[in-house]
Amino acid sequence: MLDKVTKQKLVVIGNGMAGIRTVEALLERAPDLYDITVFGSEPYGNYNRILLSPVLAGEKTVDDIMLNTVDWYEDNNITLRKGETIAMIDRRTCEVVTDAGDRVPYDRLLIATGSNPIMLPLPGKDLPGVIGFRDIYDVDRMIKASTDYRNAVVIGGGLLGLEAANGLMKRGMNVTVVHLLDTLMERQLDPVAGGLLRKSLEERGMVFKMPAQTQAILGEDRVTGVRFGDGTELAADLVVMAVGIRPNFELAKKAGLYCERGIVVSDTMQTYDGRIYAVGECVQHRRQTYGLVAPLFDQAKVCANHLAMKGFATYDGSVTSTKLKVTGIDLFSAGDFAPGPDKEEIVLQDANRGVYKRIILKDKKIVGAVLYGDTIDGPWYFQHLRDGTDVSHMRERLVFGAANLGDGGVSGQNSVAAMSDETEICGCNGVCKGAIVKAISEKKLFTLDDVRAHTKASSSCGSCTGLVEQVLAFTLGGDYSAAPKVKPLCKCTDHSHDDVRRVIVEQQLKTIPAVMRFMEWKTLNGCHSCRPALNYYLLATWPGEYRDDQQSRFINERVHANIQKDGTYSVVPRMWGGVTTPGELRAIADVAEKFNIPTVKVTGGQRIDLLGVKKEDLPAVWADLNDAGMVSGHAYAKGLRTVKTCVGSEWCRFGTQDSTGLGVKLEKFMWGSWTPAKVKLGVSGCPRNCAEATCKDVGVVCVDSGYEIHFAGAAGLHIKGTEFLTKVETEDETLEVIVALTQLYREEGWYLERMYKWCDRVGLEQIRKRVVDDVANRKALFARFAHSQQFAQTDPWAERASRGVDRNEFAPLAELELA
Amino acid sequence: MTSWIEIGALDDIPRLGSRVVRTPGGNIAVFRTESDEVFALDDRCPHKGGPLSQGIVHNKRVTCPLHNFVIELASGQAVAPDEGCTHTHPAKVENGVVWLSVRQAAAVS
Repeated sequence: MLDKVTKQKLVVIGNGMAGIRTVEALLERAPDLYDITVFGSEPYGNYNRILLSPVLAGEKTVDDIMLNTVDWYEDNNITLRKGETIAMIDRRTCEVVTDAGDRVPYDRLLIATGSNPIMLPLPGKDLPGVIGFRDIYDVDRMIKASTDYRNAVVIGGGLLGLEAANGLMKRGMNVTVVHLLDTLMERQLDPVAGGLLRKSLEERGMVFKMPAQTQAILGEDRVTGVRFGDGTELAADLVVMAVGIRPNFELAKKAGLYCERGIVVSDTMQTYDGRIYAVGECVQHRRQTYGLVAPLFDQAKVCANHLAMKGFATYDGSVTSTKLKVTGIDLFSAGDFAPGPDKEEIVLQDANRGVYKRIILKDKKIVGAVLYGDTIDGPWYFQHLRDGTDVSHMRERLVFGAANLGDGGVSGQNSVAAMSDETEICGCNGVCKGAIVKAISEKKLFTLDDVRAHTKASSSCGSCTGLVEQVLAFTLGGDYSAAPKVKPLCKCTDHSHDDVRRVIVEQQLKTIPAVMRFMEWKTLNGCHSCRPALNYYLLATWPGEYRDDQQSRFINERVHANIQKDGTYSVVPRMWGGVTTPGELRAIADVAEKFNIPTVKVTGGQRIDLLGVKKEDLPAVWADLNDAGMVSGHAYAKGLRTVKTCVGSEWCRFGTQDSTGLGVKLEKFMWGSWTPAKVKLGVSGCPRNCAEATCKDVGVVCVDSGYEIHFAGAAGLHIKGTEFLTKVETEDETLEVIVALTQLYREEGWYLERMYKWCDRVGLEQIRKRVVDDVANRKALFARFAHSQQFAQTDPWAERASRGVDRNEFAPLAELELA
Repeated sequence: MTSWIEIGALDDIPRLGSRVVRTPGGNIAVFRTESDEVFALDDRCPHKGGPLSQGIVHNKRVTCPLHNFVIELASGQAVAPDEGCTHTHPAKVENGVVWLSVRQAAAVS
């Protein structure tokens, strides 16, 4: 550890969420770089300001919302000077000066002074009983007032005002909300949703006076009432001003730092003085100021990165979403929902259920969403909004949400607030709501990744992700976990899948270490997530040239069998198009008996699975199956799995084409190919669709006049019917289109991204254009697939059973006996 | 006293890979890192008993193939926030030969 004397000094002004989050992120990246001092005017550690409303409402205590206790500062060798206010920054000598005149030198300075409530310049605004709503001190005063007085007026019908009003009402006061406009929360809600909200708050006893302008606050020793523009008056013992916040940048401005509506910062969160950084509500970045918590976390990360001298991260601004924290009212809004000539709207309104949803589209993308009553899909819409997904192919079902698109998992639950603690959220790992809430509060978790790591919820199939995000938002009082717009490939890098794929081609990178070196991987050897991904990308980019790295393959693909829970393996030989012979069945039966294979099971893909094979028996099992003419079914592969068929025109009285024959043809052409995720095909001989082709990755439905080609279906975690791609007349064209489609997916899909997800991301029209409409491109794709197949169509079982490939893999290194 | 047993050549273990040594007390997984260090651990993940020898090795860690627990090769500890520990055994390389020290076991068959 560096000596304190030699360390650089970092001074943080502001002990709130933005400043401390930056310090935490900095400690993760460079724990010993700085000697850190934090100044905070409030006499507390760092607390979650967003949860002040539940404290006011009596649903949480101040202790519940503490994020960093005084001990935390000590444990991390941080000097916390709470209750001390900085009066001046002396940039010439690089010192800050406290209000008591104490001078503290800095090498780097972080300003995180947050914001102040706007106090309207009304007559009487300084009377006792008139307060803002910003910190624990304000909350304490409100709670005190609620025990001594009866009538409260809240000025401001925005998020903060309504939460304050709700809290005071819960504390037994008569509350009137005064709002200048005729829509509540007009920055987040449209008039319809605002009306629904008003109605439901009125049912709880809240009184509204709107539109109304406050003209004066009345009283002599203490507030006694409020007078409005229309001359009417209202009695009040407490007036809460919640009309907005204003970035607090006085200190910065006095120090000569350039400020407009906030402290102006660059994409690296630096002010015009490079030694001085600023984050949070006090800053203005690309003309924007933010009053919500998610952007401040993004900023903290970037700032910490720069302070840690890892200067590659930049802040590009944030899109924000809001939830109202009034228990029992579900409300979500995100993005831009003001009507406009180039915008389209999809609206669903069900007055009896109290549900209202409005999705605003522009250029085929979601730009805004307002949800009332049923907000389960809020994070899902928000994700598409941030990602800029082309949603045109799901437009007609969009308003019904993820579940109706087969994208919302299987739980059928839609409101976490109403769930009991025992309700199971993650079915894969058996995690219930209470356990998640407990982990979030006890371990100070903020992001989806944190929750996944600590509780395992949402870490397996991911279908409960929306619910877990809701639990997070519900417990923390805000949406912290929105994934970054561009997702890094894994934690070992900041680069996205697309970046990596592009750079591999541009820089002609041909080994995993070369990619990691060039793209500055953060870990030695990567991890179990990125290595298989890189191995696939290199294999798909350089067929015949790249040497498959067995140590970067998941075990199933390394030993060409599926590992089972007891460490044994399962073996599935290929049955072309689901057709077998007496000879093959006899050989399978013989193998099962010879090797004492405990379970023989028919799979869902029209094949036979031999389960419970010991690893060292695998080569011998394969040798026997090879002898009977069978090869690997790749049932373990991110590659072509099965081609399920019905009997078609050869036997079936309804069959229109030879679906079995076509299935066999497709499988013989495509087997052995590696793909981003597994690929399953189906071919049905008529629209009765007995091969269930319309829920496969690629499906063919034969009709009398030809072949309908469908793709992007799913029938597992998510249930999703296929999209219709095109119709062709011959088997050869069918093969050409399907192969070209698969090749495009191989070239563009992200590792582990199933075809339907890829289609969601890229857009059906884009894919159709390049695979169907552009014939030259289709033929080029087909040729690239065919080229790659030369190197892929070697039976991996035969290589290992009789040609000695990977011999070491299947035998122990040594056997030790007792002494 | 530690008694060392010769278990094979370093080159018989793939870099960033593992081989199994059978013992009467259960399998031991012997790992080789990129820089040719070797580590020996019981071939059982502390989570649900998965065979660690079948996992992906990265730096000085292995990821269990069953549920992605990550185990430190040197200590056998699960990487936080996961919890659990796998028993480790002393192992070393001398002149390209791998040696292992296991209580109760003595002879190579």
